[in-house]
Amino acid sequence: MADFRMPALGADMEAGTLVEWLVKPGDRVKRGDVIAVVETQKGAIEVEVFDEGVVSDIVVPVKTKVPVGTVLARIGGEAAAPAKAAMPPTPVPVAPPRPPAAPPPPAPARLGAKVTPAARRRATELGIDLATLAGTGIDGSVTLADVEAAAIARPPAKAAPLPAEKPRRLGFDPAEMRKAIAAAMARSKREIPHYYLSDTIDLGAALAWLESHNAAQPVPQRMLPAALLLKASALALREMPQLNGTYVDGAFHPGGGIHAGWAISLRGGGLVAPAIRDADQRPLPELMAAMRDLVQRARSGRLRSSELESPTVTVTSLGDRGADAIAAIIYPPQVAIIGFGSIRVRPWVVEGRIEPRSLVTASLAADHRVSDGHLGALLLNAIGRLLQEPAKL
Amino acid sequence: MTETEIRHMIADILGNIVPEADLSTVSDEEDLREALDIDSMDFLNFVVALHLRAGIDIPEIDYPRLRTLKGAIAYVQQAPTKAK
Repeated sequence: MADFRMPALGADMEAGTLVEWLVKPGDRVKRGDVIAVVETQKGAIEVEVFDEGVVSDIVVPVKTKVPVGTVLARIGGEAAAPAKAAMPPTPVPVAPPRPPAAPPPPAPARLGAKVTPAARRRATELGIDLATLAGTGIDGSVTLADVEAAAIARPPAKAAPLPAEKPRRLGFDPAEMRKAIAAAMARSKREIPHYYLSDTIDLGAALAWLESHNAAQPVPQRMLPAALLLKASALALREMPQLNGTYVDGAFHPGGGIHAGWAISLRGGGLVAPAIRDADQRPLPELMAAMRDLVQRARSGRLRSSELESPTVTVTSLGDRGADAIAAIIYPPQVAIIGFGSIRVRPWVVEGRIEPRSLVTASLAADHRVSDGHLGALLLNAIGRLLQEPAKL
Repeated sequence: MTETEIRHMIADILGNIVPEADLSTVSDEEDLREALDIDSMDFLNFVVALHLRAGIDIPEIDYPRLRTLKGAIAYVQQAPTKAK
């Protein structure tokens, strides 16, 4: 028997409101399934389960606000499951005549094709036929990104003269988001002795490689420079593991993998930095797809609990409408944040001559309780070095 | 596609990327990135959707021509439609 609890989605979350259950007692769940939606200061978050088994008990009803750590539901282990199935259906206080096995009609699954749970659910919501989708997941599975891409691409259902009603970002309250940012950043500035470094990186080789790569790719497979910056950062962190992890109770805890929080600004105010897990191990096209998916979900829909619980470091890129450089604030309890300014063409000295080059200022803010400036400089140097050989990223 | 159909298609795509946007306030000549506060990632999602919906190829070098509603409509109108 396992407890499914209210997760801590970020260091400063104290409570969350359960707004939707996607399972009922008797439903079988497996690791990674989204089973509930919780409203937090960061908006509505899809909460995944980390146990396998059968939902035996829903403890907290919807529209209830509970502290982090509260048991929301209980999941019976595998061993309990067959016995349970043999027993009469779990007594449901409401409507006994209702047959227990009446799940909502699932989205049609393509025979043999894998579909991620979130993708299946979203497809059902949007009325998209999964059989029409080509999976781009690691193992050919249909991912949420595929479903979202199909949703954007599909023709309007009716010949409406105007776009359909605008989906509101669920449970998003800019004032609450501002409070969450205020709490996290005030704590960071109060507790973390930041040191800052920056370095200018020549992106000529990276952008030339990207341009020729993109020219040969269909539109959906094209990449942005941000994917290269993130990958180079993740690979450099692999060399400098003291900058990847958390500082909790007076000690540094190395991250179990490089789970890079990708900072995404929200229109209407606010910022989230959901994690891209194992960013150092993903091929560039997959990393790019993950970034596109995250950005779109962060700005229009829902993020998942695992994405907010797990970042071991944050990477932020100001994009093409940004500024030259950023002196960023560490998101506690992380120990470093890597920032990239806008990429701009500027004079640069190459072999004694001044040339126009596309440059970016990479910066690092790191926790002096855990590392020193020398190590930080090595990290920035490594990022610069890795970006000179883009084909190897 | 007629100009009206293209305009509706573009409005629909942008509505998916920027749900809170009010396109009625955006003029034909305005830079969509400024008017809707969209970044390069949103813009790429826009180009991808335009490519899939209109069935046209869009080389990267042409992206600047899609920055305004007027430009995007003209681009779709003149582009040779591919069989997907």
